[in-house]
Amino acid sequence: MHHPVAVNEGVLDANTTIARANRADFDRASVKVVNLMSSPGAGKTTLLESVLGDLDGIRVGVLEGDVQGSLDADRIEALGVPVVQISTNSTFGGECHLDANMVRSVLDALPLDEIDLLIIENVGNLVCPAEFTVGEDVRVMVSSVTEGEEKPLKYPLMFRSCEFILINKIDLLPHLDFDLDLFMKNLDSVHPDVETALVSGRTGEGVDAFKKWLVEAGRTPVRV
Amino acid sequence: MHELSLSSAIVATVTKHADGAPVTAVKLRVGTLRQVVPDSLSFYFDLVARGTVCEGARLEPTLVTGRMRCSCGHEWELDTPSFRCPRCGAGDAEVIAGEEFEVESIIIEEEQDASSSSR
Repeated sequence: MHHPVAVNEGVLDANTTIARANRADFDRASVKVVNLMSSPGAGKTTLLESVLGDLDGIRVGVLEGDVQGSLDADRIEALGVPVVQISTNSTFGGECHLDANMVRSVLDALPLDEIDLLIIENVGNLVCPAEFTVGEDVRVMVSSVTEGEEKPLKYPLMFRSCEFILINKIDLLPHLDFDLDLFMKNLDSVHPDVETALVSGRTGEGVDAFKKWLVEAGRTPVRV
Repeated sequence: MHELSLSSAIVATVTKHADGAPVTAVKLRVGTLRQVVPDSLSFYFDLVARGTVCEGARLEPTLVTGRMRCSCGHEWELDTPSFRCPRCGAGDAEVIAGEEFEVESIIIEEEQDASSSSR
């Protein structure tokens, strides 16, 4: 005898529950959390290197997510910033994104009482990280001019899920056929009125906007 | 997205609600704004379900088209990723459909037994 049973449960609910627990822990420690995402090679780590040296007194820590190795964490450590690396390959089967459980697993290793702002540098990927909240307060995305004008149309969820979008590698514009106006038009179609900044992690052009945004994020009181 | 781990999550959710009974069908609601490929999901579901109460169950995804509603009252379907209101130009319209990704219900097999109590 066949019998229907109502379920009405989100497939990713388990992740959301853990993300909420992470958020509660961050709030208790008065730490604001930024989830930094992009495709691989868009320049997240280089941008962090260009701003983390001086955040106007905001104490920052970084949680690095990569499939393999600690190359990015090493770069951040060299700046004297506390950093913890999650290699999704070693314990988590090579996941292409960070999820709430992975972040929860390293909470004890983070000096939450000694920082105001935690930046979670996610695995380079435009698809999955947008689906997995990890307990962050805000999301920032790095999109680079070498990726083409169509990216927002192809990855609407990622572009819509971020409050601030950094358009990186503008120093390369003279060498590319990239149509910035078209990119901005596509972006506006997908995420109307989203805050953006044109930057170059390499030359430092425009990064003050990112610095200012991070300082603001670190200063805004946590809602408890 | 990686439908293999999503399928595992579906099997886990369904197993919890099936309470030991064999499952014959799993009805899903999948919004088109989520990055899920239903065919891929079915493929992996069949693999992951083996040896569980979900083995042999039909995965029945219903695709829910993205839909927006603006404060001006206009509603539109998202056939293209166009989130600004085409009528008034406002940029803060609400997503009213298309972000679902849930197990809506399941069909289980229960033994007919004179002494069994109804669920």
